[in-house]
Amino acid sequence: MSAPRFWREINQRYNLVGTECGNCGKKYFPIRSVCPECHRESIGKMKKVKFSGNGKVFSYTVIHVGSSMFQMQTPYIMAIIELDEGPRITGQIIDCETKDVKIGMPVESVFRKIGEDGKSGTIYYGYKFRLMK
Amino acid sequence: MRDVAVIGVGVTKFGELWDKSLRGLIVEAGLEAMHDSGVTSKDVDALYGGNMSSGLFVSQEHTAALIGDFAGLASRHIPATRVEDACASGGVALRQGYISVASGIHDVVIVGGVEKMTDVSESLATDALASAGDREWESFLGVTFPGLYAMMARRHMHEYKTTKEQLGAVAVKNHRNGALNPKAQYQKEITLEQVLNAPMVAEPLGLYDCSPISDGAAALILCPLERARKFTDNPVKIIASAQASDTLSLHSRRDICTMDATVAAARNVYRQANKKPKDIDLVEVHDCFTITEIVAIEDLGFVKKGEGGKASEEGLTALNAEISVNPSGGLKSKGHPVGATGVAQAVEVITQLRGEAGKRQVKNARVGMTHNIGGSGATAVIHIFEAI
Ligand SMILES: [Zn+2]
Repeated sequence: MSAPRFWREINQRYNLVGTECGNCGKKYFPIRSVCPECHRESIGKMKKVKFSGNGKVFSYTVIHVGSSMFQMQTPYIMAIIELDEGPRITGQIIDCETKDVKIGMPVESVFRKIGEDGKSGTIYYGYKFRLMK
Repeated sequence: MRDVAVIGVGVTKFGELWDKSLRGLIVEAGLEAMHDSGVTSKDVDALYGGNMSSGLFVSQEHTAALIGDFAGLASRHIPATRVEDACASGGVALRQGYISVASGIHDVVIVGGVEKMTDVSESLATDALASAGDREWESFLGVTFPGLYAMMARRHMHEYKTTKEQLGAVAVKNHRNGALNPKAQYQKEITLEQVLNAPMVAEPLGLYDCSPISDGAAALILCPLERARKFTDNPVKIIASAQASDTLSLHSRRDICTMDATVAAARNVYRQANKKPKDIDLVEVHDCFTITEIVAIEDLGFVKKGEGGKASEEGLTALNAEISVNPSGGLKSKGHPVGATGVAQAVEVITQLRGEAGKRQVKNARVGMTHNIGGSGATAVIHIFEAI
């Protein structure tokens, strides 16, 4: 991923910033400019909201064949997390054994290195998750 | 709207075809379909080519004009349009061809689908396939395409008590059918033990839960039903065509155990065709992974939600059982050259409805369905065909 492409989303990636619809109150991650529930009533009323990063494991997998940026990390855990505020988000679960994760477990977000671009040497940071103690 | 018939089909062998190029594959399938239909290049009015990612797989875009060129059609200057909706590109190309004939804009149309996937390494192919999901908010964070379906499978196991053995039963059944298909990538039966003991790709999905990386192409010739008998003795009518979409990312879906795009398109085709699930004799469903077939037979209404695993394990989806699901061997055994898949599914259904499927023939096949999915379900395209 090119640096500008990454930097455009840095507030979302570093601070878990999404949007809340000013019409119905539903929250979304990543940022949307139109609410899929309210359509045109939501235009101009979508406001930024920062998520706590706390949520529960909705589903998960252990990846054994990774894509090019991740193939050195296998096996690693990927999950869909349901945030306490409502939206679901995809992220890696770290700092535990692959067998420790179960659906429904509470998690918290942590700020970590996501990967690096071997050619340019750029290092990307963002959110991952770990099981709550 | 005019009635539309398929008057010719062609499909290459699927597999790791190192001696064949992208253009070589699709021209082989296209010429076979033209020969089968009896049309000549003078008759052809337009071309629609399904292709997911020739840019990432072979650094070639502008694929439809290339196909027309090497099929010898450049001097006729027909419109040639590439169609891209990830793994549903072929099915959507068929729908575009159907719409253009039904509307009266074109008379004779070639629909092709092609993918050349084995020129790149496995990790680059994994990257290219992951681009069918949300690049910024799924694959960039480390989830692969099998990983998305693995999370669907895990949730299905959690909600409906679906088991690894039930997933495995899908792979065993599709390999049993594929063993009877001379065009299939794997013409070999496998055992449940092999599926369960295979190396993991993305838990709970192992190697035998996943369709392979494949090269291949398929083609169809369409024309108005009223003109079909001028070209061929055995036209097959397209009695319904529908397409639907959903969120690109899996995590944004209402329910990750249901593909709402499939449900929406299915409701539409059953209404158009005035048929019910029990009227369908055979269906080629999009089994890119074993879980995908289980979710598909539920969403298409062949079994109740949550009972797809049990139905597969009990053999209800086997060749000539309750409903013949993937008589071709499906993506799992026949192979999954992504852009070709939707077209190849139609080739199989038409071959079955003509009664020309040899050892894998579904008995008394009159009505057949194709179900083609893009990404993790953001696109679904469904067709119903009837023998006439
Ligand atoms: Zn709203």
